[in-house]
Amino acid sequence: MILSGSDIIVECLLEEGADTVFGYPGGAVLNIYDSLYKYSDKIRHIITSHEQGACHAADGFARATGKTGVVIATSGPGATNLTTGLATAYMDSIPLVAITGNVACSLLGLDSFQEVDITGVTMPITKHNFIVKDINELASTLHLAFKIAGSGRKGPVLVDIPKDITAAKIDYTPLGKSVPEKPAEVSEADLNEAARLINESERPYIYAGGGVISANAEEELARLAELCDAPVSCSLMGQGAFNQRDRKYIGMLGMHGTVKAAAALNSCDLFIGIGTRFSDRVIGDPSVFGKNAKIIHIDIDPAEFNKNVEVYTTIAGDVKIALAELCKKVSQKKNAWTDEIIAKDFGEPVQRGTEALPVTPEAVIEKLDELTDGNAVIATEVGQNQMWAAQYYRYKNPRSFISSGGLGTMGFGLGASLGAKVGCPEKTVVNIAGDGSFAMNLNELITAYAHNIPIIQLVINNNVLGMVRQWQRLFYNKHFSQTTLDNRHIDYVKLGEAFGIETFVIEKNEDIEPVLKKALEISKNKPCMIEVKIDRDINVLPMIPAGKPVINPITEIDLEA
Amino acid sequence: MEQEYVLSVKVNNNNGVLLRVSGLFSRRCFNIKSLNAAETEEPNVSRLTIVVAGDLKVLTQIKNQLLKLYDVHEVRILEDAVTREHILIRAGRSDEDRHKIIEIANLYRAKPVDIGKDSIMLELTGEPAKIDSFIELLKPFGIIKMVRSGITALERD
Repeated sequence: MILSGSDIIVECLLEEGADTVFGYPGGAVLNIYDSLYKYSDKIRHIITSHEQGACHAADGFARATGKTGVVIATSGPGATNLTTGLATAYMDSIPLVAITGNVACSLLGLDSFQEVDITGVTMPITKHNFIVKDINELASTLHLAFKIAGSGRKGPVLVDIPKDITAAKIDYTPLGKSVPEKPAEVSEADLNEAARLINESERPYIYAGGGVISANAEEELARLAELCDAPVSCSLMGQGAFNQRDRKYIGMLGMHGTVKAAAALNSCDLFIGIGTRFSDRVIGDPSVFGKNAKIIHIDIDPAEFNKNVEVYTTIAGDVKIALAELCKKVSQKKNAWTDEIIAKDFGEPVQRGTEALPVTPEAVIEKLDELTDGNAVIATEVGQNQMWAAQYYRYKNPRSFISSGGLGTMGFGLGASLGAKVGCPEKTVVNIAGDGSFAMNLNELITAYAHNIPIIQLVINNNVLGMVRQWQRLFYNKHFSQTTLDNRHIDYVKLGEAFGIETFVIEKNEDIEPVLKKALEISKNKPCMIEVKIDRDINVLPMIPAGKPVINPITEIDLEA
Repeated sequence: MEQEYVLSVKVNNNNGVLLRVSGLFSRRCFNIKSLNAAETEEPNVSRLTIVVAGDLKVLTQIKNQLLKLYDVHEVRILEDAVTREHILIRAGRSDEDRHKIIEIANLYRAKPVDIGKDSIMLELTGEPAKIDSFIELLKPFGIIKMVRSGITALERD
């Protein structure tokens, strides 16, 4: 079958099962878009407002579905607009394939119009990247890109394709779907050592990260927690890896984790870190972290072992397989300490509003949790909104918390929520944003309306960049430099109206339930938006200052001080 | 304890592979002392010989991070290996200097490769320590230009 390079691209996408792609057309990808036109009954293309939004959407699609997300952008600025999205996916190990057009091979290296060396630019923020200069290598390269993205520790792969390659024609024979590389065998000796430590411990504590979700290992994790009779904590990326309605769940660990999770860390004798990279936002001071315990580290990437914290023993390999094997070697335990930790009241902070602005994010998110029974997919932006979404929604399912953990990308959530909703149309999808992050990429409301992607956009509006303000209050003598947004006078109802998005306002506690119910009803058919007006000095608590030991978190900030 | 290690790294002989490896070292703040890249007996494979400075923890990180690059096939930390370096060096300011330099060159079995009016260019291959001491001995005569190849190494059987 004689096909053009651009037809081959679409054929390869279909062979890989990618029937939904996100992107934005342009000069260097005209051929690809011509093929997408031809194949429009087989492949759905969603045009966003900006390539960054498309990349976040492909990322959200991947996080919510577990499939590899696909984004297409043109050369030059189209390609550079993907970079924040690629770096976001790279830091959180999300499988993506980004296809960029480039100028024709004969124009490469000549500073041609809309030419940029995107493989050079994205080398540090992709798992691997390619430029295809020979049409005979196009199909194999695309399949290889999917294979690399979805194997081992997953990540984004970029394939740059010059325009003449998409135009050229060759006789095409399908190569078929790529098969992910088989993970290396888990070492029996390492399993035995870990099992021995678990069986001998009296106070084991399980800490699960995003790797559990990536490996689809939630059942194995639940089984291990049951066998160990251990309290379970999840990292930000691990939200949903363990059912938070289970009595053993004791909250997030780290900078904004619960007091209980921090107390358990310091009194456990065995700390089992699973599918986690011990981020600085979790460990605080690495010289103190987990020093009273032995640490077992289970992860697919051996480069994470002893990188940020020194650990006692390790298990390298696919987390799902490692946990399943480990469970066979662990005998049923019963730990008095676990009951103590679960039962004890550690005095977790409670949010309070003011007389003028009584509504708290806690009240809104907890009500949302109740009304959706913990089954919604929650995307977030970055900052206070993100932490509140992690703290107050009780996730039951993996792939239900979609957030930029590693890179901390403000402007991520709306695009990501669109991708998540496209991938999981049967689920309620809510993007929890702050007014700062929302303003960064609110252009994607256009996409929500245009493609009728019925998400709920929740804007928690405090008219400040709250997380930075919180740090300025604590560490910069209350110099609220550039974080007070009072000069912005955004009417969210009108803003929504302009984009065709029905918008509601919550400003009293009595509004919370009826507005959320109405939004949940509307979102069965079309997108809508909610503005929640809150006081600017509701802080994210508990808090461990950066680089400090995860001991006795701050639970109250004196606003008068 | 901080020391120097020699890594032998087999990589795909692709465009950009050096950039991938050197970029990794730079962004992870690993310290490269020298890097030598050349083709091997297999045309698709290049061998990089990299001398790095660090402690054992850093060394393990370097190895594990390198192995995550798609283009990297194998990373060996060389312990029992033949290590060689090549140098081209021009020194000397007078006819008299030149004669003395030739005496030193003979001791080291360095080969004259270009003779000027006052100076002389020599080449020498040997263990890095030998190259170091050779340079030291030539310093009094004024080193005009030099280039070291960086270390190449192969494990002994």
